Amino acid sequence: MPKKEFENDSKTLEQLKHLGKKIKNQLDDPEEDDLTFDTQVRSRSNVEYDEKEGRLALGDSYSTRKFLNISHARKFMQTLMVASKTKELIESGRTAAIREVYYQLKHSVPGLDENTFEDQDESNNVVVDIETATGAIREDLHLFAEKKGSLFGPVVINDSGDEIDCMNMGTSGLAIPSIVDHYEFVECEADFILLVETSAMVNRLVEEDFHEEHNAILISAGGQPSRGVRRLVNIMHDRLDLPVYVFTDGDPWGYYIYSVLKSGSMSLAFQSDRLATPDAKLIGMTMEDIEEYGLEHVTEDLKGKPEGNGGPTKDYKRIHDVMDYEWMQNDQWQNQFQKMLDKGVRVEQQALAANSLEFVANTYLPEKIENKEFLN
Amino acid sequence: MPNGVEEGMEAEGGDHREISVAEFFEKNKHLLGFENAQKSIITVVKEAVDNSLDACEQDDILPEVHVIIDEYDDEKCRVEIRDNAIGLDRETIPKVFGKLLYGSKFHKLQQSRGQQGIGISASAMYAQLTTGEPVTVYSKQEGEPCHKFVVRIDTEKNEPEILEDEIIEPESDEFPGDKDYFFDHGTTIEMNIEAKYTRGHHSVRNYLKHTAIMNPYARVVLKEPDGNKIEYPRVSKELPEKPKEIKPHLHGVELGVVLRMVDNSNARTVSSFLQKEFTRVGRTSAEQVCEEAEIESGRRPNTLDKDEVEDLLKAAENVKLQSPPTDCLSPIGEDLMEKGLTKELNPEFTETITRKPTVYKGNPFQVEVGLAWGGDIEDEGSFEELRYANKVPLLYKKSACVTTKAIENVSWNRYNISQTGNRPQGPLYISIHIASVWVPFTSEGKEAVANYDPIRKEMKLALQEAGRKLGKYLKRKERREIQEKKKRQLTSYAKEMAPAIAALADEGNEAEMEDKIQQLVQNDYNPEQL
Repeated sequence: MPKKEFENDSKTLEQLKHLGKKIKNQLDDPEEDDLTFDTQVRSRSNVEYDEKEGRLALGDSYSTRKFLNISHARKFMQTLMVASKTKELIESGRTAAIREVYYQLKHSVPGLDENTFEDQDESNNVVVDIETATGAIREDLHLFAEKKGSLFGPVVINDSGDEIDCMNMGTSGLAIPSIVDHYEFVECEADFILLVETSAMVNRLVEEDFHEEHNAILISAGGQPSRGVRRLVNIMHDRLDLPVYVFTDGDPWGYYIYSVLKSGSMSLAFQSDRLATPDAKLIGMTMEDIEEYGLEHVTEDLKGKPEGNGGPTKDYKRIHDVMDYEWMQNDQWQNQFQKMLDKGVRVEQQALAANSLEFVANTYLPEKIENKEFLN
Repeated sequence: MPNGVEEGMEAEGGDHREISVAEFFEKNKHLLGFENAQKSIITVVKEAVDNSLDACEQDDILPEVHVIIDEYDDEKCRVEIRDNAIGLDRETIPKVFGKLLYGSKFHKLQQSRGQQGIGISASAMYAQLTTGEPVTVYSKQEGEPCHKFVVRIDTEKNEPEILEDEIIEPESDEFPGDKDYFFDHGTTIEMNIEAKYTRGHHSVRNYLKHTAIMNPYARVVLKEPDGNKIEYPRVSKELPEKPKEIKPHLHGVELGVVLRMVDNSNARTVSSFLQKEFTRVGRTSAEQVCEEAEIESGRRPNTLDKDEVEDLLKAAENVKLQSPPTDCLSPIGEDLMEKGLTKELNPEFTETITRKPTVYKGNPFQVEVGLAWGGDIEDEGSFEELRYANKVPLLYKKSACVTTKAIENVSWNRYNISQTGNRPQGPLYISIHIASVWVPFTSEGKEAVANYDPIRKEMKLALQEAGRKLGKYLKRKERREIQEKKKRQLTSYAKEMAPAIAALADEGNEAEMEDKIQQLVQNDYNPEQL
């Protein structure tokens, strides 16, 4: 494979160098009695909902990480190690999985009974820190995550010179990588994008030829959509001007998946403009579907304890949490949550199979799309 | 009493006869600590050592006590205890060792180890009972010849039976001065007893170790049956203040005692009786007590009947009297206690507290507490308890003792000491000493102190005070450890960071940068920071 050069490389290198110089200057300055660098606060307290744009954004609170503060020191060291590793990647024209970076840098710290990194979560977290500290996103740093999610449908993609016809991907589909910015869309016959929570449901739809019959691009999220999936939906919506429908379970977790795709997530709020698709709409499952499609006997009871009865715990707690988010303050949403609480039930997208296997492809989805029966 | 009953009792009188004190204890030797062969040897050593220490302190002599034990037959031991006290005169020796309830301390209200005068003669009796052999005593006073007595107890009469009485010449092989320690004056007692010499918590060795902790001005040497010699060294040449003898206090004295005092007193009036025979009773208070009891203060004391004496005592409770003087107590003191704990346990930290004397029912008492932490003390999952009454270690009946209850009353985890249930944990020794002219033991065996509120409260307060100081020390130690760990971490991190910074900045020398980071760490590090 040829060396990979991305368009932002020289800018990214400058940013990394800037970070290094800043630390070096602190060392050279006799007045400085600590090493510091600033990162944007990424906790919920600094996440704001931009109502006009319909997505989450980071506020302007910064926190200073200090080397001599023992609760920061370890992360401080890790950040510099990962930053210098990414600089090396860019300079050598390579990309690496964040898991590879983790293994490259992991070793026991001499003189201590600890490793530079104990698990991959630690290095993943540090990568996000570097993103916010330098303003360079992960892709700019030549880092990628494991592929997650898959795509089917009438679209032809050029990936680094290879053309991929996503209509001819068999039952596997195109595995969605974490870096998709370089994709070029050569051809597109699709009318809409359908993002589906579970891959089992995507398999069902592919088996029923739903993508062919309805000119749909099917994307499985496999639970919480990855950065790659979110970025792909974002650029396809922008560049191909396709409507985006989201199909999840009728429970607080499913609805949160929808909100992440639509408005962005709290931990990556600083990248919402690249990752969020505020025009996305939820197709279901809704609480009304239960009566409408005769699913009363296939609902599941909410887990945990309701409020005022030892709760809320588990599902009940999740509903209350999600109901409180600023970006969920819309009547349709609140109404859905209230109904979940009142009925004490949730309904999975697979529950539709209670009617028949092809029911979801032949009846449920077409009717919803035809009637424009969406939650916004 | 109806006549018939009296006659009936008289009719049976044929089988009744007086029981001698010695005979009684012979049949009830468990009351004196001779339940079994293992405990008996501890009791013998304890009685002899207590006497020796009391005798030395009485005459301001730094005690030197040797305990020599040999096994000579199955479950039989020869026990020899020597001291360097002032020695006994010829007339006294046979009585001390051959007559029960003969002693110098029984009638005095004064803090001492022994009290009733049973201990050493009971040991002699135990020897006689289990091996059939008499005891041998050598005693020498300064400038006097050394007397040797071989004595047995005539248990029916409770009188000494002297089998040998001779003077040992300094040239003789038998002269104790020729043995391996200086002997210008002192007493040596030898006896053969049925005994089982063991190691462990309940053992002679442990008893002497505990003794050594509380009496650091004594040198104690133990020779075990296998020839092993253990020395508990003297680490202080300072003896605790000698206790003064006091008279009883009206608020704590028992009716029977007063009745006896009334009979024996040569006071002419009740008022002067009260003033003379009791502490802290002046003319005014004496008159007040009589008035309150509605008894003519000018009456002769021996005309008072039992009811009237009882009235007098009740009346006294309503009269405010000054607390008894407390110079009758001889606490060991914080310094000596610390020396004792340090020399035997070699801990990392000790804290000792001597409370002010206080009074319970007219009996002055004083509590001392010592905590020893870490160092050579091993963490056995729980603390070790050292209990003392008048400097004498208590080994048995721990759970019945007020000391244990007091320890359980303290919230140890408040002092950075972990706790399981009510009991502290860790490499910890807790010593508790109660000094009093009258220690309320739970039984004749003098093995546990009764759980009386004021005593437990004093112990608890002392434990809390010492606990606070230990807690402070542990907290500071923990902080220092955190600081050191922090320094270790930052120092190691610096090594990882220096190359990363150099690579990122595209300039600079790694080694130089590391030095600079290490300097930052060094400047920030402060082991004394609290």
